[in-house]
Amino acid sequence: MSSRLERLTTYAILFTFTVIVLLPLISIVSVALAPPGARVSGLSWPTNPRWANFSDAWQIGGFGRLLLSSTTVAAVVVPVATVISVLAGYAFGTMRFPGKSTLFSLFLLGIVLPYEATVIALYFDLSALGLTDSLLGLILPEIGLFLCFGTFWMRAFFLSTPQALVEAARIDGANSLQILLRVLMPLARPAISTLMILFFFWSWNEFLLALVLIQDPALRTAPAGLGMFVGQFSSDVSGLAAGTILVTAPVVLFYLLAQRKVIAGMLEGAVKG
Amino acid sequence: MSQQPQRGTSGVARRGGGAGRSRTPTVPPSTRRRGAAAGPRWVAYAYLAPALVFFVSFVLVPLFRVVGFSFYDWNGIGAATWVGFGNYARMLANTQLHQSLIHSLVFIVTFSALPVAIGLVLAAILGRRPIRGMAFFRTILFLPQVTMMVAVGVAWRWMYAENGTLNQILRFVGIESADTAWLGSFDWALPMVGLVGTWVMFGFCMLLFLAGVGKIDVTLYDAARVDGAGPVREFFTVTLPGLRQEITVAVIVTMIAALRSFDLVYVTTGGGPGISTLVPGFLIYRLAFRAGDVGAAASVAVLLSLLIFTVVLVVSRLLREKE
Repeated sequence: MSSRLERLTTYAILFTFTVIVLLPLISIVSVALAPPGARVSGLSWPTNPRWANFSDAWQIGGFGRLLLSSTTVAAVVVPVATVISVLAGYAFGTMRFPGKSTLFSLFLLGIVLPYEATVIALYFDLSALGLTDSLLGLILPEIGLFLCFGTFWMRAFFLSTPQALVEAARIDGANSLQILLRVLMPLARPAISTLMILFFFWSWNEFLLALVLIQDPALRTAPAGLGMFVGQFSSDVSGLAAGTILVTAPVVLFYLLAQRKVIAGMLEGAVKG
Repeated sequence: MSQQPQRGTSGVARRGGGAGRSRTPTVPPSTRRRGAAAGPRWVAYAYLAPALVFFVSFVLVPLFRVVGFSFYDWNGIGAATWVGFGNYARMLANTQLHQSLIHSLVFIVTFSALPVAIGLVLAAILGRRPIRGMAFFRTILFLPQVTMMVAVGVAWRWMYAENGTLNQILRFVGIESADTAWLGSFDWALPMVGLVGTWVMFGFCMLLFLAGVGKIDVTLYDAARVDGAGPVREFFTVTLPGLRQEITVAVIVTMIAALRSFDLVYVTTGGGPGISTLVPGFLIYRLAFRAGDVGAAASVAVLLSLLIFTVVLVVSRLLREKE
């Protein structure tokens, strides 16, 4: 095979799969712009795109509130889960203590445990405590679920740091907290930022927990609100499509800005997890 | 639970700190390597305390509670009656559970087997030399991974609608009569929802394998070529063995996604038509929060968790021991 032909085949294959990925996404954008009452079909760019569909959906679906809830949850979960994961990963990665391997395998169990299972207990126990129907009732379980992976991730980082650095700092009289903050944290910045990106995506896209734990429409997060919207407005295809785009846009924009880091982080996260 | 670390902090602090300081010069560096970055032993628990509090409260306790629920007949509101393994017996004989497990097998094919196969072929074709513009293709092909499943579901509802994009394409290629509402069909709904899983997962698998191909020693390929291996033999003798770790990871991640699928089914079909796309995750949700049969839901939840743990263990054993 000539290298020219090879190159052509390569691009043909890449192009085909790119089209397959983009087709549903472009279809939904074209539907979102269709004027109301128009007979929409498949992928057809409307002759007079109606951008007002977005503002209509924004109002009907209350997407402003949904996005605010999602932002609030992510703004608490991401930093708190990260700090807790760093502290726990530091203990597992650099210290020796009784019960270490047992505790660590418990965290591993937490990574593969399907929370389709635990959500039943979370719902009934949190509602007994009056914590359902509040953002806190979603924030706390998310932190609990995310930190299993986070601890694992940060432990892997701390295991990979050169021990000599820590030794040197300790001889200089630094205590464990000073070693963490002054010596290791500057090195940990890439690992931590990857973790925060992963947490942000998980929190923003979380559906089942948000659906079950928050019934109050005023407090719903974006994915849960969209899920409800699907049930209520399934006949209004354009409005539904516009709402979907509104809810997805923040993460997709963030992804496009940070795509290199996101892809690397998610692949690495999968391999280590 | 939350008292434990506090007691440790006040009581053992002095002893621990003192011992640590006096011991430092006498212990040879080799034995303290991993132990002592941080001095006295109780300190580790102080760092772990917040994680443990959250983990125990929101993962471990709920897990035990669900196991507990599964032994009771409970509608979620009234009094609960102990029924032993009654819920398990009832659910294991239940057609809905049988069907949902069969559907999970279909999902394992479409979420896991197909994307891994496609990913391997693509990585084998694309992985050997640098490609101009690859960053662009990577960004697009990974996009389904970061899009929330609810949105993916809405997009595919439209693809599969009676006047949706799929039928439009079919008509375009000459099948004039194409007007199936794919998700409303008892025959088609399950494979069609499953194929959305393929769409979501294949880019992830491909990029994972591409990263792995980059790490394979180039001399192995040279050696294979000297031995007269063509592209196919090269794939089976060099690429495939070299990607063992990545394949293990991809199979585990995608199989868990297949077994846990909930969001996609909720948005696209709601388990229907009939129960033709019912999956265990959705069955649990329906039993617990719609049908008020919390005990039965919990027993399915326990069975699903056991199934997932088993799959993870078996797959990682199988793919690792072959070395």
